[in-house]
Amino acid sequence: MGAIYRREVGAYFSSSIAYIFLAVAWIFTGLFFYYTCLVSATTDMSGMFQTMFLVFVFLIPLLTMRLFSEEKKQKTDQGLLTAPVSLGEIVFGKYFAALTLYTIALLMPFVYALILSKYGTVEWGMVFANFLALFLLGAAFIAVGGFVSALTENQIAAAVMAFVAFMLLYLIDALASVMKEGILKNVLEQISFHRRYVSITYGLFNVPTIIFYISFAVIFNYLTIRVFERRRWS
Amino acid sequence: MIEVRNLTKHYGDKHAVNDISFTVEDGEILGFLGPNGAGKSTTMNMLTGYISSTSGQALINGVDILEDPIKAKSYIGYLPEIPPLYVDMTVKSYLQYVYDLKKCKLPRRAHLNEVMSLTKVSDVQDRIIKNLSKGYKQRVGLAQALIGNPPVLILDEPTVGLDPQQILEIRTLIKKLGKNHTVILSSHILSEIQAVCDRIIIINHGIIAAHDTTENLSRNISNDHRLIARIEGPREEIVKALRNIDGIKYCRADMEREPGVYEYELEAAPGKDIRRDLFRIVSEHNWVLLSSRSAEMTLEDMFLKITMGEGLVIENPADKAEEKGAQA
Repeated sequence: MGAIYRREVGAYFSSSIAYIFLAVAWIFTGLFFYYTCLVSATTDMSGMFQTMFLVFVFLIPLLTMRLFSEEKKQKTDQGLLTAPVSLGEIVFGKYFAALTLYTIALLMPFVYALILSKYGTVEWGMVFANFLALFLLGAAFIAVGGFVSALTENQIAAAVMAFVAFMLLYLIDALASVMKEGILKNVLEQISFHRRYVSITYGLFNVPTIIFYISFAVIFNYLTIRVFERRRWS
Repeated sequence: MIEVRNLTKHYGDKHAVNDISFTVEDGEILGFLGPNGAGKSTTMNMLTGYISSTSGQALINGVDILEDPIKAKSYIGYLPEIPPLYVDMTVKSYLQYVYDLKKCKLPRRAHLNEVMSLTKVSDVQDRIIKNLSKGYKQRVGLAQALIGNPPVLILDEPTVGLDPQQILEIRTLIKKLGKNHTVILSSHILSEIQAVCDRIIIINHGIIAAHDTTENLSRNISNDHRLIARIEGPREEIVKALRNIDGIKYCRADMEREPGVYEYELEAAPGKDIRRDLFRIVSEHNWVLLSSRSAEMTLEDMFLKITMGEGLVIENPADKAEEKGAQA
């Protein structure tokens, strides 16, 4: 798994993807930091973090689009799948590589928090809660994006499908809010990414929510493994 | 050692590979020969665990590739038809990655250097793979297969894209590796298979069309009773007259080589020398024999014959001749 992970992280940086991803993520972090903290002279950063949710709906497809699709297109998957490694190692090696880059992007708010701490009291607990919420969200999204990437050999198709999937997950809330009371509304509210996300950013994070995100990530990584198994047996 | 038992692969109704069985011993080089789409790559992909078989078994050093894939794969060095190269990496960093991927235990630097010098890629080790020529890419692909010094090597068309000098080098290398590895090698270049392999399997439409040692196959096909003669004269009459030669199996006029001069393919029963009869007939009719040479059946001819669906005839050359005579 280590070899795959290292190669994948290296590939992000030897292509332009890592730089574009980090630059765009940090531009928006900076922008929202300015609007939500500096302009209103507050050390409460949750506004900034919440806006980041939407930014990553757009940005994560950039990280995940080529994870598996490019391997298939360039036939390098043949090298991976005939090497003495399990499918789990392949899928998780790539998954953690994407997650690493995403986590690097998430570290910027800590720099801002440090700056703010010079001028006021920063509630570090809140900052960590927000960071955790965004991290868990990304962990789930990246797994979905990787799964989508395994379904196609076209990067653009993978990016678009991932984006649509993220938007749907994001919009489940809106859908649930216009529905009549009932089981479906209940279910939709329970799987709402946004609602759970917001609940953590208020510092209300509870174990079920953390398990929800992690199991979401595990399930989609498992589905990715299944895609490869199915392809082998077809 | 590789054991293949009744290996079959279906894609829906299409039988890509149908019930093939063979064994490759340690230290043996097996050549896989067949036209495009015959099932060579499919078979190799099944042996290496890239795709599964519909039924049948493939054992690598006694380990079933489907039952314990990780162990079986650790015995195999595989060079697919398209080398699985990450073209944005340098040769060295790519090979280091493969070393790590295969969880290789050999001394890292020494082993990588050894593989690079074996495949003669040391001088490009710091270059980005995508900027290399096809020949170099192919050799990096071969280097990748050799990392970890696996006992079984499966090479899908290893000399594609190389220049004649490199082809010779790679052939020599494969022969050398064949001494202490089990090697399966596919190619559509027959002379290559002939030069390198101990045994040959000709595969066509997913089934084994012929399977024998290179020596035997070559012996079966070196017929000294076939002639190609260039004769000046009326074509129809000549064919008719030549067919009357005692012991002739087959006679056919080929294309017009010069105005009024045709080439005739003659085949007699094995052991029968028809050169004198040919000369006599030609001179009796006052035709002119411009040239005559023996037409040894090459591996190419045999390959075409077998793959064109003319049947499994190499075991008995006489049958083959009859069959041809009937066609004529």
